[in-house]
Amino acid sequence: MAEKPVYLDHNATTPVDPRVLEFMLPYFTEHFGNASSRSHPYGLEAAHAVEFAREQIASLIGAEAKEIIFTSGATESVNLAMKGVFETYASKGNHIILLETEHKAVMDTAATLEKNGAAVTILKPESNGMIQPDLLEAAIRPDTILIAAMYANNETGVIQPVQAISAIARKNGVLFFTDATQAVGKIPVQVEHDGIDLMAFSAHKMYGPKGVGALYVRRKQPRVKLTAQLDGGGHERGLRSGTLNVPGIVGFGKAAEICKQEMAADTKRLAKLRDKLEHAFLQMEEVQVNGDTNHRLPHVTNITFRYIEGDGLMLGFNQKVAVSSGSACSSALTEPSHVLIAMGLTADQAKSTLRFSLGRYTKEQEIDFAIKAISDTVMKLREISPLWEMYKEGMDLDQFNWPG
Amino acid sequence: MAYSLKVMDHYLHPRCAGSLDEPLQHIGTALVGSPLTGAVIRIQIHVDEDTQMIKAARFKTYGCGYAIATSSLLCEWLTGLSLEDALHIDAQAINYELELPPVKYVCSKLAVKAIRNAIRDYRHKHPVKMAS
Repeated sequence: MAEKPVYLDHNATTPVDPRVLEFMLPYFTEHFGNASSRSHPYGLEAAHAVEFAREQIASLIGAEAKEIIFTSGATESVNLAMKGVFETYASKGNHIILLETEHKAVMDTAATLEKNGAAVTILKPESNGMIQPDLLEAAIRPDTILIAAMYANNETGVIQPVQAISAIARKNGVLFFTDATQAVGKIPVQVEHDGIDLMAFSAHKMYGPKGVGALYVRRKQPRVKLTAQLDGGGHERGLRSGTLNVPGIVGFGKAAEICKQEMAADTKRLAKLRDKLEHAFLQMEEVQVNGDTNHRLPHVTNITFRYIEGDGLMLGFNQKVAVSSGSACSSALTEPSHVLIAMGLTADQAKSTLRFSLGRYTKEQEIDFAIKAISDTVMKLREISPLWEMYKEGMDLDQFNWPG
Repeated sequence: MAYSLKVMDHYLHPRCAGSLDEPLQHIGTALVGSPLTGAVIRIQIHVDEDTQMIKAARFKTYGCGYAIATSSLLCEWLTGLSLEDALHIDAQAINYELELPPVKYVCSKLAVKAIRNAIRDYRHKHPVKMAS
């Protein structure tokens, strides 16, 4: 086995593809120009590189280049989309609808908007993690201006019925924003076909560099207007001031191009490895997969190992296999995942859950290694778990009166 | 969070894990904690009725590495101890020995509660005869 731990946490971040890095490097040194300095060849060169990347990214999602706004990452894109719409469409209404399983970036932006006068409705998903379109339709009010629904969930990989959601949004004249950070580059996301008005995504989840993201902003039918959130030089058609991160953007473009070319093959290979991992764990008792397995990212699985505690479980193999429990963004805290709680798991079930996300360089022997390392830990910890013993004796632990 | 070498050692090689087979009347048992709070510890002690010494101690723990290490260390200490001495084990000694971070002092507190409850359970089965 390699000295380095097996990396199965690609939903947190991906390594930069060497082809992407190679493409980026000259833009740190030789082609260092400021893309706004169009009066000389240095600036023009940088500007052309940025426009080329914009085309590559637009092509991946079926958009026009002009509809791509570069940002520092998906979190900034989310903030720009939600706050920008809220400010621009204030005369139309102040009601925003979102899903309970959204990423923290969306949840917290909505909370800020609520403090600033927005009315926010948070919709509960089914136990499979998917939203009932009827529920969404019923939540729409005359003053609703925005629906925020993520494309695919970062913890479970569950893919929302995006086309049904966008159809409801269209019918009611409401804008549809999707956080597609985990989906773009992994599965076919097409803004026209999917009826998306605004979409946030990021380079570092698709084998590009960290620190660069994009917001797709629809330009026709309807033309979406936004209020900029940063004051400055008026870059990105006035929507996002700040000198463009040229090497990052160039890398983002290359990463998008590679994803477009290799998506079908990657998807097929990773789904097979993911299924192998999942099936191996399901051979054990009291193991469950969370989220709809028919509408799910091909490289993700979210698994609860009952009657053992999550931190204790991780400790058994975290020097050998890198995975995440709940969401990586909050793993410094011991709060159970809000996504799993929304899907009806109890706090202790949520805490006994691991998220596996495979990637472009995951090898079959790494999956075999992970299966063994984690299964061994699960069996060892169950052996010393009083809860496992009680369960095996036939006790109903949900009804048990814990002494505290 | 960085785990001390001692915590890792107990976690990877738990001492005294499991259950006792002796007849119930010789055993004191306690179950403390809850899954919601993140730890459940069960401690069993086998007591020699004549000497009031703990002949063996066993634990089963649901929890993080700290909770498992704490239970393991405590059971290691309990073996061969008198009930009276066992009652005087305090959480701070465990914190010190395992170099627990302050946020994990709850684990040692829970383990100490477990041993005290286990002794109480044993004494409940064997009321001390008062000298007349």
